[in-house]
Amino acid sequence: MTTLVLAHQGISPAERLKDAAAVSFVALLLGIPMIGLTTVDQGGALRIATRWPMLFAFVAACFAGRLLLRYGLDHWRLRKLAREQAVAAAGARSLATSPLLTWIGWGALGVSLVLPIVFSDNRYVVDTATTVLIYVMLGWGLNVVVGLAGLLDLGYVAFYAVGAYTYGVLATQLGWTFWQALPVAGLMAATFGVILGWPTLRLRGDYLAIVTLGFGEIIRVILVNWTELSGGPNGISSIPRPSFFGLPFKPPGDDPTFASFFGLEYSPNQRIIFLYYLILALALLTNLFVSRMRKLPIGRAWEAMREDEIACKAMGINARNVKLSAFAIGAMLGGFAGVFFAARQGFISPESFTFNESAIILAIVVLGGMGSQLGVVLASLVLVLLPELGRDFAEYRMLIFGAAMILIMVWKPGGILSHREPTLRYLGGGKQ
Amino acid sequence: MMLQLSGVHAHYGYIHALHGVDIDVQVGEVVTLIGANGAGKSTLMMSIFGQPRASGGRIVFDGEDITQLPTHEIARRGIALVPEGRRIFSRMTVLENLQMGAVLGEEMNFAVDLKRMYQLFPILEERCQQRAGTLSGGEQQMLAIARALMSRPQLLLLDEPSLGLAPLYIKKIFQIVRELNRDHGMTILLVEQNAHHALRVAHRGYVLQHGQIILSGTGRELLANPEVHAAYLAGGHAATAA
Repeated sequence: MTTLVLAHQGISPAERLKDAAAVSFVALLLGIPMIGLTTVDQGGALRIATRWPMLFAFVAACFAGRLLLRYGLDHWRLRKLAREQAVAAAGARSLATSPLLTWIGWGALGVSLVLPIVFSDNRYVVDTATTVLIYVMLGWGLNVVVGLAGLLDLGYVAFYAVGAYTYGVLATQLGWTFWQALPVAGLMAATFGVILGWPTLRLRGDYLAIVTLGFGEIIRVILVNWTELSGGPNGISSIPRPSFFGLPFKPPGDDPTFASFFGLEYSPNQRIIFLYYLILALALLTNLFVSRMRKLPIGRAWEAMREDEIACKAMGINARNVKLSAFAIGAMLGGFAGVFFAARQGFISPESFTFNESAIILAIVVLGGMGSQLGVVLASLVLVLLPELGRDFAEYRMLIFGAAMILIMVWKPGGILSHREPTLRYLGGGKQ
Repeated sequence: MMLQLSGVHAHYGYIHALHGVDIDVQVGEVVTLIGANGAGKSTLMMSIFGQPRASGGRIVFDGEDITQLPTHEIARRGIALVPEGRRIFSRMTVLENLQMGAVLGEEMNFAVDLKRMYQLFPILEERCQQRAGTLSGGEQQMLAIARALMSRPQLLLLDEPSLGLAPLYIKKIFQIVRELNRDHGMTILLVEQNAHHALRVAHRGYVLQHGQIILSGTGRELLANPEVHAAYLAGGHAATAA
């Protein structure tokens, strides 16, 4: 390992230049016919013209680009290697969660994968499961902000709304598809996360909660009043549904549809099931992303910031960047969920983004056990399914809902899963 | 000169906590700052880190004026702080705490430094998987010191390391301070209420009263000074002897 690291360090400037020169030579060879020579129409006859300056610029750009790329790659690889090596030599390594929780996690994944197959003709079950997954994804997003970074955010629904409306507007006014709008909406929500983060950098706890609460309301009020963009209280309707790699879910027509392409009989349930798997995939990606982040220095900095901000700063951590990154990433994940929500409903209005939603998402994070990924899943199941199951109790169902929340807090004050998994384990290698 | 404070003032809102303090720390020295409760010792320590920012005067570290630098930039210059009350990351494990300390070096020397810390503080190796908040006060203090050392600082600031610890641990902490300085050449600025122990470890000391330096000298001189003895040692000595 050590020699490998040294080899990376050992690349001399001359070698880098040689490498870049080789690349630009290839670029030159390819560039002569493709860029250097061109045909021009002159008086009806084709004549060959040369574009040497352009070719030269192209080769120079390749040379500089290759140098930068090599440098960046080597630097990055070296750091990663050294870090891994250091951690490994210390007899410590990253570990997954405890066996029982791992089993529960895999079990939940298995159930969620087969659920729409088992209930393929029961639209209600798949729909409800989709709702649960939306909240799971929102919970995982908010978990970054509240659970890991310890920033109490009462206006998380704002980012959900930004994501949903970004897709709504892009799709209905500019004709963007779901897949085109998804990254843009995520970026948009992240930007709003930073906009909220900037002025609140110095706030903590209750004060931060008040400002974020206000922010959530501001976004909602803007959506109600900016009629030209958001349709005001009427919202945005006929938002296109996501397609399966360009194949729409609709009754057979002129263009190929999902059903006709795969030779299936058309059924409206196909779309419901597709939507379910889509949010499942998005949620799983979110989970993977967040649990990877936790093990990176930035994720550890989030948690340390939650524990003690002054100590963090004294450790040389830039508190501003750490907080803003938590806000931005949490907001981005909320934005993704928002896009999905808009695409699933086909209609959005400010009604869907009230404070009540923020409160439920926050309740999911807190009841689940701050920072626990699996806890979020369990809490979303409880909080979404309870009102559904309680439909028979009519007006008493919110009472049951409240009582359940109180019971959880009495029984498990730290949340359903309050155990925090360390990101590093020590294997005793240091004793050697 | 490693660290020089000249005419430093600091305010907490309307409270004028430091009235033009001048102190300096040379390379390889242990310098202690003693004084009664509320004299401004911790304020002075924290104002080096810009928390609160000095409202007057200059703080120069290693030839660079750091008075206006943000806290994390000051840390990056090579100053590490063991804050008052330890401020460890209590829900994270001991190992993770140490890893946070190594953030500045991008964890490049993590393995080597970790081993060094385990040698200095064997108890930390035993407890490395435990949540830091479950350690005893003395162990937490050691963790806080080890965490600070993980960044390979040039200057270590220790803010009341003996506060609230059992006598045995107090002894141990001061032993470590001496060892760090003697064997590892660490430059240390130590703020203490426990004047007796602090002055015995330190090469030089300053006495702070109402936000002003009223006395300075070598540790030995201050220990022998009747004023210091009457104000800070008589009580403290009795307490440690008890």
